[in-house]
Amino acid sequence: MKRHELVLSRRKLLGAGALGAGGLLLSGCDRLNSSPGFRSLLSNAEDMHMGSQRLFNRNALAREYTEADMSPRFRANGNRGVTDAAYRQAFAGDFADWALVVDGAVSRPLQLPLAALQSMPQREQITRHDCVEGWSAIGKWQGPQLGRVLEMAGLLPSARYIVFHCADSFGSTPYYESIDLVDAFHPQTILAWRMNGQMLPEEHGAPVRARIERQLGYKHAKFVMRIEAREGISGLYGGKGGYWEDASDYAWYAGI
Amino acid sequence: MSGRGGELIKRHRLSTRIWHWTNAVTLLVMLMSGLMIFNAHPRLYWGEYGANYDAAWLEIGPVGNEGRLKIGSMVVETTGVLGRWEDQDGNIQRRAFPYWSTIPSRYSLSDARLWHLAFAWVLALGLLAYLLWSLFNGHLRRDIHITGREWRPSHIWHDVKEHARLRFPTGEATLRYNVLQKLAYAGVIFVLLPLVIVTGLAMSPGTDAWAHWITGVFGGRQTARSIHFIVAFALVAFFLVHIAMVVLAGPFNEVRSMITGRYRLPKEKGE
Repeated sequence: MKRHELVLSRRKLLGAGALGAGGLLLSGCDRLNSSPGFRSLLSNAEDMHMGSQRLFNRNALAREYTEADMSPRFRANGNRGVTDAAYRQAFAGDFADWALVVDGAVSRPLQLPLAALQSMPQREQITRHDCVEGWSAIGKWQGPQLGRVLEMAGLLPSARYIVFHCADSFGSTPYYESIDLVDAFHPQTILAWRMNGQMLPEEHGAPVRARIERQLGYKHAKFVMRIEAREGISGLYGGKGGYWEDASDYAWYAGI
Repeated sequence: MSGRGGELIKRHRLSTRIWHWTNAVTLLVMLMSGLMIFNAHPRLYWGEYGANYDAAWLEIGPVGNEGRLKIGSMVVETTGVLGRWEDQDGNIQRRAFPYWSTIPSRYSLSDARLWHLAFAWVLALGLLAYLLWSLFNGHLRRDIHITGREWRPSHIWHDVKEHARLRFPTGEATLRYNVLQKLAYAGVIFVLLPLVIVTGLAMSPGTDAWAHWITGVFGGRQTARSIHFIVAFALVAFFLVHIAMVVLAGPFNEVRSMITGRYRLPKEKGE
């Protein structure tokens, strides 16, 4: 055997060392990633995000744009349609016999037909929709303010969260989302039934989509059938306050 | 005796050493979790909006059986590394950045965000604390401040030539940063790190609501996202040069000085 074959070259040694270190780093990160303790440590940051932003943005309005700024075509994401039979029937009838249910911790539970939502004072806003994936689209939304609807229903003092129950589902798990009262009574939080000057299309959540303008797209529940006021969210579905929060551990506060 | 080299002297302050290693870990986590976040939507745009129907200036993805990186009109085949690669189980994946470069190694946008947004606090608060402390203890004025003489093109050119010939200072001259080092460190501390933090904040809809000007300065959220990505790779470039210089200057002595603070002065030629 030749001498130079016995001696590991420095380059090979360095290369092997780097590969080994890289492998250790990767498996170490993956192990940390699946450790409940480490995850709960990281998720403390969510409280810091919400706390620091609420310090400054409690009443701040999301930026509004002009028609010239709008995306030529607004991307639809998540569920673009609903298979539920009751929904299909309502859709076929242009939601004429459909009504939005408002219940839970309220003194006057409501059933609001689409016409009732349309005859309430309206807010129209051109805003930027930011998806958690990274893309953005600018569109025009119109509908009554959620705060007005909640005032009609009369929130009980115990109410802390507003939950949107939706007609769409992933497999057999229904979509839902929840917000706190700061966002629920924010002037730009509307129940949009109109988008870009037309009736809200199915792929964007007909008949009604919640607009939570200072948070990411997954908070903007589509196909809203029922609005429930609740004291807490821990007793609902997976207990984390939303479909993606339960399914993949997305942050409940999605302002960042 | 002084200036001859060979003796062990105090080099880096404790604050510098703590910040250096905190940053080393934090920036690596930010980069790798950031690449995973990019994988969720591997396209970059200019302007306020940008999604699949809009034109991207950069895109990484699979086209047929190839992985491709597109920048403007330039297309590079990157099969095996970007856009189409084999994962740790031997399965073909069609995501942008490969498993060995991301946290976590298997696709998860929510987990990557968990890491990225938690370590963002460490990065931002760490930089703030270090800047304030270095202002207070004179580190910035003494060691990073670039003097009028050093700004002269002839001086900078002289340093560039010395570096290109791999001719490094010896003895006590090694204790002072040369102008290229100062430019690199000042560029990281005052330009790249603040820019990567502010463009990160600009992407937050909650921040945008109370500070329109942050996104406004960059000319839109998608522009801010593009700059965030570019600056991240500028930091990678700094890291590579930084490691190369450490290796050339004597890795044992350099790493020791950043851990224990003690540095052995390189001997002058002919000693």
